[in-house]
Amino acid sequence: MMVIVMAWLAGVVFGLGLIVGGMTNPAKVLAFLDISGDWDPSLAFVMMGAIAVGFFAFKAAAKQSRSLLGLPMQLPAMKQVDRKLVIGALLFGAGWGLAGFCPGPAVASLLVGGSAVWIFVASMLVGMALHTLAVRRGWL
Amino acid sequence: MTTFTPLSSLIGGLLIGFSTLLLIRWLGQIAGISSIVGQLWTATAGDRGWRFAFVAGLMMAPLLYALVTPLPAMQIVTSTPGLIVSGLLVGFGTRLGSGCTSGHGVCGLSRLSLRSLVATLMFMLTAMLMVWLVRHVLVAG
Repeated sequence: MMVIVMAWLAGVVFGLGLIVGGMTNPAKVLAFLDISGDWDPSLAFVMMGAIAVGFFAFKAAAKQSRSLLGLPMQLPAMKQVDRKLVIGALLFGAGWGLAGFCPGPAVASLLVGGSAVWIFVASMLVGMALHTLAVRRGWL
Repeated sequence: MTTFTPLSSLIGGLLIGFSTLLLIRWLGQIAGISSIVGQLWTATAGDRGWRFAFVAGLMMAPLLYALVTPLPAMQIVTSTPGLIVSGLLVGFGTRLGSGCTSGHGVCGLSRLSLRSLVATLMFMLTAMLMVWLVRHVLVAG
């Protein structure tokens, strides 16, 4: 039960951070990415704030073998930079730059953003499902 | 055109950082949205509850925010075909590349992960290139 409550709380805080930070406005995201136009560097401050806390959070977490609720630490073990990582990041970047939505802000906007958000999130879930299918079929 | 908001963006970032702290410290999990969402259905039964709870919290955040003060403007300028192509690229790309802005850009960089540094530089550069193409080459040209 505590696991569910803490996960929900983390989701709420994450969502509030996205809204306060300006990430839920695709126009602001695109203005951040538009360095040769009317550049709005605000979102670099979102990243700085998040990493300022995250750095110490993960530093402390690395010393623990279990979380406060007794669950195993699920830190990524992969260290190698491979082709999947690079191609995946390139595809994601192209999509992000096209509409200004990344997964977090899109999901956080579902209940307030109207049909455009649903179209984006539905397409995103299809893209994710295609990846799962490709892995299961052994294509990737 | 949007206005420069360094202070509120910094506060928003601190909140996001605090959320990653909650997840890693209490649940031992990385706050990577594409991985949390992408594994909603493929995860084992015991690993699914927290994912749904996190996504529910994320979706409820604007409703809670709106109880206190009106939500900031949300301007979507992309056409429906553009949104579909963008969604497919974001969905497939984040799963193939094992993360998005949160998993690589926030958690990975916080952990000083080389993989995440490479991924973040890659997706930032292609996103900037895409915006440049759409705004300054296709439209202006």
